[in-house]
Amino acid sequence: MDRLALLGRAGLDKLAAFGRSSMILFQSLIAKPQPVMMFPLLIQQIYFVGVLSLVIIVVSGLFIGMVLGLQGYTILVDYGSEQAVGQMVALSLVRELAPVVTALLFAGRAGSALTAEIGLMKATEQLSSLEMIGVDPLRRIIAPRFWAGFICLPILAAIFAIVGIYGGAIVSIDWLGIYDGSFWANMQNSVDFGEDVVNGLIKAIVFGFVVTWIAVFQGYDCIPTSEGISQATTKTVVYSSLAVLSLDFILTAVMFGEL
Amino acid sequence: MRMRILEISVGAFILAGILALIGLALNVSGLSMSNAGDTYTVYARFENIGGLTPRSKVTMSGVTIGKVTNIDLDTDQLVARVTMEINGDVDFLSIDSSASILTAGLLGEKYIGISVGAEEEYLGSGDYIEDTQSALVLEDLVGKFLFNEVSE
Repeated sequence: MDRLALLGRAGLDKLAAFGRSSMILFQSLIAKPQPVMMFPLLIQQIYFVGVLSLVIIVVSGLFIGMVLGLQGYTILVDYGSEQAVGQMVALSLVRELAPVVTALLFAGRAGSALTAEIGLMKATEQLSSLEMIGVDPLRRIIAPRFWAGFICLPILAAIFAIVGIYGGAIVSIDWLGIYDGSFWANMQNSVDFGEDVVNGLIKAIVFGFVVTWIAVFQGYDCIPTSEGISQATTKTVVYSSLAVLSLDFILTAVMFGEL
Repeated sequence: MRMRILEISVGAFILAGILALIGLALNVSGLSMSNAGDTYTVYARFENIGGLTPRSKVTMSGVTIGKVTNIDLDTDQLVARVTMEINGDVDFLSIDSSASILTAGLLGEKYIGISVGAEEEYLGSGDYIEDTQSALVLEDLVGKFLFNEVSE
């Protein structure tokens, strides 16, 4: 009986946390937006969340593209159709890898930092002080971070995709000697802007939304102790990775599958 | 000064994102502005489409003049019906043109090749190409070959 009650309480806790996170989302974004006051704050957050993530995104994009080129070549050369490497690299990057890997890296690089920052603000009672002097911390602290993540992830994913494709091109054209005309032509024939690129970007936007939402909420909702902050940071990375991977399956099924 | 550097780097970041998007659009997906012009729709019925897919290209003498937009089953005649969008500037396909499903290379993608007939009237939007030739299915060829061997 006690076990059952515990299970019920755990379920209710989860439900309450979901409700709180939705309230944070609503209050910071939808209720009374202040775009003019927010703009400098937003620029600052885009710098922290986006510009500083650029290096890891470019480097991993380059290497993932190169690996895809290499692996694709070794498999396709057996069938004498190594020209299709460009198509394979571009499609897998644009559709799947760019949004997903970017979101995972983003959760590790920026999401955890957001959680730790907001959690520490809570632990040192900066958030309460803001409330004391009549500034809504949701709008001052949470909203710009949220928008920054939302804006940055699609941009990072687009950069990831283009860098990865050029990485694949370097490997397969310059090192493995695929004729570059057929590499690009195959790619351009098979990649459709509306179908592939736009859907990849939609994925990135959804992931940006989810990852930042989780990060911001975990920070805002953490237990204000050093242990609580560390737990919240771990939760951010774990939850966002799980959310990204499972959402990716759902989105792929809706966009490309014939369900 | 700190704020200025910050603003410049954010500007550069957004610009890089836009450039990446343009690169994806033009270089990777081969989206070209001139191609987005008007098109008209032509249908063709095939006995067997054998692996033709939407977005396959439609060519004339090897030059791409349009693409396949839809493939469905014609419930009246019980054959496949292929919907093609032909570029608007290719308005000289005569009504006795023939469409055949061809293969690029031995195992390559399927596409539609159109060869023009001799009539003076031209295909318009919604017309059917009557003279069609289905895809070559390897199993059928092997079957015919074996049948010929046996009958001799």
